[in-house]
Amino acid sequence: MRSFRLWVAANNAYFLGVGLCALMFAVYFGAPPVGPLLLALMDGLNAMFPSDIESFVYSPASFTPNVLNTVAVKAVLLALVAMAQTLPVLTRGLDLSVGMMFIMTNCIASVLVIGGPVDVTMGVFIVLFAGAAAGFLNGLIVVFGRLQPIIVTLATGAIYYGIALGIRPIPGGSVDPVLADFITGLLWGKVPTVLVLLLCVVLFIWIPFRRSVIGRGCYATGSAEGAAYLSGVDINSSKLAAYALSGVLCAIAGLVQTFYTYNGEASGPSAGTYTLNSIAAVVIGGTSLFGGFGSAIGSIFGAFSLRTIVDLLFVFNMEALWQQLFNGIILLLAVCLGATRVFRIRNRLELFT
Amino acid sequence: MADGAAPFWRMKGVSKRYGGVRALDRVDFECAPGRIHAILGENGAGKSTLIKIIAGVVQRDEGQLELMGQPVGFASPAEATKAGIVCVFQELSLMPDLTVADNICITDPPRRFGLIDYRAQSRRAEELLRRVGCTDVHPMQLVKDMPLSRRQMVEIAKALGRRPKMLILDEATSALTAADVAKVYETLRALRAEGLSILYISHRMHEIAELADDCSVFRNGRHIESFAKGSKTDDQVVELMIGREYKHVFPPKPAAAARPCMLKIDGLNWSDRLHDISLTIDRGEIVGLGGLDGQGQRELLLALFGVMRGVNGTISVNDKPQRIASPRHAKSANVGMALIPEDRKTEGLMLPMSVRDNISMAAISKLSKGLIVDRAAENARIAEMVQKLGIKVGNIDDPVATLSGGNQQKVVIGKWLMTDARIVLLNDPTRGIDVGTKQELYQLLRALADAGTAILFYTTDYDELVGCCDRVAIMYDGRILRELKGTEINEHNIVASSLNLPVELNLQQGGAAA
Amino acid sequence: MRALLKSVDTPLIVSFSFILILLLAGSLYSPNFLSPEYLLQQLQVGAFLGIIATGAMLVILLGHIDLSIPWVVTLGGMMATAAAGWWGDFGVAIAVPFALLCGLLVGLVNGLGVAYLRIPSMIFTLGINAVVAGLMVLHTGGFAPQDHATDLMHWLAVKRSLLGIPNVLFVWIAVGLAVVFMLNRTPLGRYIYAFGNRESATYLSGISTRGVLLACFGMAGALSALAGVLLAGYSTKAYQAMGDPYLLPAIAAVVLGGTNILGGRGTYLGTVVGVILITLLQSILSILPLGAMLQNLLHVRLEAEPIRQVIYGAVIITMLLVYGRSAKIQS
Repeated sequence: MRSFRLWVAANNAYFLGVGLCALMFAVYFGAPPVGPLLLALMDGLNAMFPSDIESFVYSPASFTPNVLNTVAVKAVLLALVAMAQTLPVLTRGLDLSVGMMFIMTNCIASVLVIGGPVDVTMGVFIVLFAGAAAGFLNGLIVVFGRLQPIIVTLATGAIYYGIALGIRPIPGGSVDPVLADFITGLLWGKVPTVLVLLLCVVLFIWIPFRRSVIGRGCYATGSAEGAAYLSGVDINSSKLAAYALSGVLCAIAGLVQTFYTYNGEASGPSAGTYTLNSIAAVVIGGTSLFGGFGSAIGSIFGAFSLRTIVDLLFVFNMEALWQQLFNGIILLLAVCLGATRVFRIRNRLELFT
Repeated sequence: MADGAAPFWRMKGVSKRYGGVRALDRVDFECAPGRIHAILGENGAGKSTLIKIIAGVVQRDEGQLELMGQPVGFASPAEATKAGIVCVFQELSLMPDLTVADNICITDPPRRFGLIDYRAQSRRAEELLRRVGCTDVHPMQLVKDMPLSRRQMVEIAKALGRRPKMLILDEATSALTAADVAKVYETLRALRAEGLSILYISHRMHEIAELADDCSVFRNGRHIESFAKGSKTDDQVVELMIGREYKHVFPPKPAAAARPCMLKIDGLNWSDRLHDISLTIDRGEIVGLGGLDGQGQRELLLALFGVMRGVNGTISVNDKPQRIASPRHAKSANVGMALIPEDRKTEGLMLPMSVRDNISMAAISKLSKGLIVDRAAENARIAEMVQKLGIKVGNIDDPVATLSGGNQQKVVIGKWLMTDARIVLLNDPTRGIDVGTKQELYQLLRALADAGTAILFYTTDYDELVGCCDRVAIMYDGRILRELKGTEINEHNIVASSLNLPVELNLQQGGAAA
Repeated sequence: MRALLKSVDTPLIVSFSFILILLLAGSLYSPNFLSPEYLLQQLQVGAFLGIIATGAMLVILLGHIDLSIPWVVTLGGMMATAAAGWWGDFGVAIAVPFALLCGLLVGLVNGLGVAYLRIPSMIFTLGINAVVAGLMVLHTGGFAPQDHATDLMHWLAVKRSLLGIPNVLFVWIAVGLAVVFMLNRTPLGRYIYAFGNRESATYLSGISTRGVLLACFGMAGALSALAGVLLAGYSTKAYQAMGDPYLLPAIAAVVLGGTNILGGRGTYLGTVVGVILITLLQSILSILPLGAMLQNLLHVRLEAEPIRQVIYGAVIITMLLVYGRSAKIQS
């Protein structure tokens, strides 16, 4: 029993991400008890203000496989980038180039993942390798150059953006239709394949990494690098692995993006949005920006929450003009929730981590 | 050191410099297996550097290292561990966000299919904890939720788990309870019987007397002498350490007199750690705070200084009740409080900044005319403070990190003296300070008191409580158990009170008995 | 003067040398490069970045970061141009102070979030950036704003008065002098460096750490807004996302100038050098026919922009590797 209680206490940071995700999901699809409650609320508001020009609308999306699939693809894209961001954050670093690695691999895929089965397979491997190489470069400069990750990835992001732009100055390219349809389609007519893909990534990449000595070394490095060094942890290998794996996850996201849009686009703003949203997703998902604590699974929930929030404006028939403000306020509120620890602290010295 | 066994470890002519400072100067040193070897010396004597070189944390500049007769060189702690040299560092090597089991098996966990086997790891952790006698720690606990004493036990268990041939302990028992310390002694003796070579650094003479077979004294980076236990008296040893005639000197205490009350604490409560604390400190009085570690002394000082939230009760300064909501209020003219914090490196100083910046930090607004800092006034006051405190510094624009521990502490004190504080709180100011500086500190405190300052002095050293304080308040479980005055202040009464045992107090007219 | 010389250290020397190299390389390509006219023009362009980088530096000195710069710049530009539209002549008169006030308020909100809610600045300012963006979209109705910049704004940003030196450069110099004075001669300056070095020790020294946070974030907000005002004056109107291209160069300029990203170390002189460096770099990269050069070299035809990006990133990393090392192990 004590083990269970300890487990709950150690993991309670994840409850926000999971809870928020469940709530957003319920609101989006009108799942009970949230759905009927909101419908009743809207009816009540309409009754109170009957002559308003915009009546209060709540039209939840229908829970069909196709709708779910559209939502899922966009959510999984952000989830993968958020998982990629989680790894360097665990080592008390930050990767501002994840968005750029994402679009770079998207552009590469739009060139290479085409042709016969052999070409397509080779293309996929090269894309994954490109992601790994980019991540590994980040890691190399951070570890051996002994520079702060935030500023290194700021600069390497520019490099990856340049490469992406060099490959696709204007959006274009194509991708193998069979594979694309498969990945962005439904398995057994019901389950979005991307969700299964995400599950596979968790099962075969994240969990083995988490339980490996190198993976644990990332947590040790982030928690107390000096102590980790004294204990004999191989800090360099852990950091390199974290950044390289982060690149691979970005590459997977890049592939999915290519399968979804059927082309490659080197969009700076899009990359920037993904990078910043990945940081927010990591925070909502319960990972500490100071390193040593967190999980890519939490980041998945954080990403799913963020993505569904954006889509809520359709459900509430909100004017597009208000969308951006709404996004911003929700983002701000979500990360402020992580600040509740401030109110529980009695000794102010503990606030200075 | 006469014994038939070949030296397990030998160092010849080892030197190490940090910038212009010679941390180690052509040191020859050896230790034998199956013996506990104590290393003694003031701060800055080179003990820390010595063991860091042995444990592979830093590299020597010159000299040879030999392990069992073979020349060796360790480029990292991992290499040293592989060779069988394991160190329990003073600054612990535990990762706070990881569990106890994860920490203990951090580098070589039991594995299944290449991945960490958590169950087996937990079992191994439990076994090692049992071996050091620490059975109240659950392997799944997070280290950051554990008090320092438990963390030290986990650290020792972790060291054992690495199957050492030579074990080095650097102040490894500083926060342990008496019961824990006894268990650690047992474990060390058992390891000695198994043939381990043990190096033990401590400032506590009675520990050394208990454990050590051999002793080595270091001073100013040089190895002065090694000798077997018992062949020198304590005073002789201390003389070796400081290199000059050593006398236990505390400045004389003034006769008890009626003085106006400066600080009055009435019914102070905080969280579940401080209960109904009432205490007065008069002008010119040094009141000591005693008791075992962790009874709320630190929390009381922080609460007085405005760091704690949710403090109830009244605090009056010069008979005027004050609400002290932050250190800024505490420093302000109405209250005039100063706090010398526990950890000078993280709470007292900005290490990379210059001595000048550090010393003037608390008083800089006083030294400013409007928005502009008055450089001339600042320089004058700094010079005054440096001279008054005897701070050994080359140039006040050098980073304060280049000063020795004792001088750094003087900078912290100087910082607060510059605010002309009326009430000075001190949180264990002599921990990790060399004997010479301690003496100067005692003189300073008495001088301050004589000039009218009220002083509240928390220390873990009984001698200081007895030697410096006019009154001693012993804390137990967040309360003030009793106050000792005059001749009641002796080691016996202090220790007994700390353990919540009854003592006989002098019956005073109108005063309370035990 | 002695204090000035003391503050010159390796990063500064390296950055400065690199500026000289860039000037040389540029002059090899085009003789105009070293002309006073061209150099003044560079300084004029750099002044906008310089003012933003000043605000960024103040926050970075604390060990924090202000990611709301892009939309606070836009806020400044839009509020200044809007004031004239809302309040007629009175509006024209107070356009600039009004915009600065808006920027200051946003900065203070940032400061409140970081100081009282203890949310990491990176994430809070990110959120504020998104909120301000949403507010600006609402304000303009999604279209390009119709308001024009006031004559004063235009005069400040574009015109030259004294000795043919651009006015905006004087604004930058004025800002710079004020900041240098604040950092070196006032208690707040000491508190800022102390905070960046060790917040807990600063707090325990009886300094209002919250006040320091509010002051620095407030100043950064006001400075970003000021840059927005000037940019709007330069283009005679404000436009969407006008601040976006300035965030990363501002941070890069601060870091290249020798300011430690973790706080506690850095001089304004360094930031100035960093800004000039970045400005020159961007100039050179836009002048050189990189596409053609690369084609001659590698027989590969590439657009110029990608090459610029790659070189930009590579240069920053190289400069940092040369001098920007943090301690090997952070404890």
